[in-house]
Amino acid sequence: MSGLLHHLPVMPIVVPLLAGALMLFLSEARRAARATIALTSMVVQLAVGGALLYLASDAAPHVWSEGIGVYRIGNWPSPFGIVLVVDRLSALMVTLGASLGFCVLVYTIARWDRPGQPFHSLLQFLMMGLNGAFLTGDLFNLFVFFEVLLAASYGLVLRGTGATRVKEGLHYIVVNLVASFMFLIGVSMVYGIAGTLNMAELTGRVAALSPADRALFDVGGAILGIAFLVKAGSWPLNLWLPGTYSVALAPIAASFAMLTKVGVYAVLRVGTLMSHDQAAASLLGPALFYIGLATLVAGTIGMLSALHLARLVSHSLIVSTGIMLAALGLGIESLTPPVLFYLIVSVLTSGAFFLLTGMTERTRARDSAIATAMHDEPRETPALPYYVAFGVREPDPYGTDEEVGVAIPAAMAFLGLMFVCCVLLVTGLPPLPGFVAKFTLLSTAIGEAAAAGMTKPVWVLTAAVLATGLAGAIALTRIGMSLFWTVTERTTPRLHVLEAAPVALLVLVCLTLGAAAGPVMGYLESTARSLHDPQTYIRTVLAAEAQLAEAHGASP
Amino acid sequence: MEIVYALAIGVLTASGVWLLLRPRTFQVLMGLSLLSYATNIFIFGMGRLVMYRPPIIEEAGATDPSLYADPVPQALVLTAIVIGFATTALTLVVLLALRGLTGTDHVDGREPES
Repeated sequence: MSGLLHHLPVMPIVVPLLAGALMLFLSEARRAARATIALTSMVVQLAVGGALLYLASDAAPHVWSEGIGVYRIGNWPSPFGIVLVVDRLSALMVTLGASLGFCVLVYTIARWDRPGQPFHSLLQFLMMGLNGAFLTGDLFNLFVFFEVLLAASYGLVLRGTGATRVKEGLHYIVVNLVASFMFLIGVSMVYGIAGTLNMAELTGRVAALSPADRALFDVGGAILGIAFLVKAGSWPLNLWLPGTYSVALAPIAASFAMLTKVGVYAVLRVGTLMSHDQAAASLLGPALFYIGLATLVAGTIGMLSALHLARLVSHSLIVSTGIMLAALGLGIESLTPPVLFYLIVSVLTSGAFFLLTGMTERTRARDSAIATAMHDEPRETPALPYYVAFGVREPDPYGTDEEVGVAIPAAMAFLGLMFVCCVLLVTGLPPLPGFVAKFTLLSTAIGEAAAAGMTKPVWVLTAAVLATGLAGAIALTRIGMSLFWTVTERTTPRLHVLEAAPVALLVLVCLTLGAAAGPVMGYLESTARSLHDPQTYIRTVLAAEAQLAEAHGASP
Repeated sequence: MEIVYALAIGVLTASGVWLLLRPRTFQVLMGLSLLSYATNIFIFGMGRLVMYRPPIIEEAGATDPSLYADPVPQALVLTAIVIGFATTALTLVVLLALRGLTGTDHVDGREPES
């Protein structure tokens, strides 16, 4: 049993890898088998995430002392080999990703996994990249896992072809490739100067650098930061995001809701480790505050201008990135727990919202004038000869309404209810937990403002967050009215229970989080404490080396 | 050697960035390739430029680290080459698909109105 426990940290990476690879060998026709494998893998990831969450809290000190688990791949000593490190933040992100992945998977089983392409495998590889990025303890593997999840996301975003999707997919790929090169340059500069890529060891090395080296190191750090900010979707590096996310199929866009948070996670992880030594020009400095603020404003304008629900939700993702970055940029440590709470709610909400867009699309009679007007870009008429040449035809992006299986009653009522819940969550209106998140964020910020000497920025942030909530409410109300009230020749969709359930589940999880905000905040507060006092993290990771050396000494 | 090396990286990066900003997809692809070369050479250079020093420590020989090149950047660059190559190949496929679907090689999928 302890052997299995010992290998727990690597499970979220190995399980989706094996499941994804296994499904590639199954023929197209064996949908049930593939769905079973995918579901099993996702459930295992969810369970492992829960177990990590439990172990990383101080509930089980006999397994991991101080709640930090270190897994040495290949059993190489820590600063030389590759380590996976599980602390509260990693465990939290893994669980969050697995929850969203599970809902997306259930949703896709209903109808979306039909045409060609190894959808399930790609989703598993995406999960593998996400989990790896959250668990890794060194910078280069962060890059590798970023690439794994990006490669899977390239495949996913192109799913369903269609000229617009391929165009946006190309933009997405090019921007992210360039960001990857930036990441590599940053990583190699950090290595060239500090001589290590292990994040725990790096922290100690930075303090010992000479001023000249220090300047170069900061440049490397800044380049890394740019790469993270591209992933996080911060302004002005986010112009690819709304286009790509709104043309991707609904469940795929929903799984991408987690992707931007990887960037925020990286900023938080690397930022807290680097800024631990007070001389560091911190990644979490005033610059981040202004970038976050600009992102917030850009996202708000985008929300107001969007005519299409999926595009609006994409802009709301940008807004959430902006709020998180701006709050982190204030440099007030007690803001981290509310930011994390906001992150959780934001991931679950945008996931649910994207899934919902897939269903609301179908309520509109597809050829009605309004439907055409609602699209930000007019539907292109496919150039037929080229299609024939490529042997592809544009599939119906929303699937067909036939053969849905068990449909749920009162589909429109359900859609409306879920829409209202999502709106309340996104805009942070009471009584749903979106409000709890924003309220704790702002009240903490205002409470700490004077002590931190940040009075003016805090009030600017408060005004911006409130304004963006209002703007979001206006934009969403407008879209909601045109979606549910003004369409005359609307067709009531038959919703499969497998499609409806994940959305309801995500919203329910959000509601539960709101109801259990106290314990959740307690956990997040200890998460933030360990983040801002990385000594334990560093000691545990590097102690793994000492232990191993002892073991070798005992049995040469 | 350092100055030649630095110039090579600079020229590759500059050409890559310029091509990346061009409107035709093939130019963008070439730009990406050049940028990836520049990045790879840069990573390699971060292990310091040394000659006649192997990166692998011989078991019998001396273990003085100054006799050996740093193996880590070489391992990193190998990974970076593989990943960069694969993603560039994927870009090529998407580029062809866009050409096929829209009938133009403009990055926006349509010719600018002029």
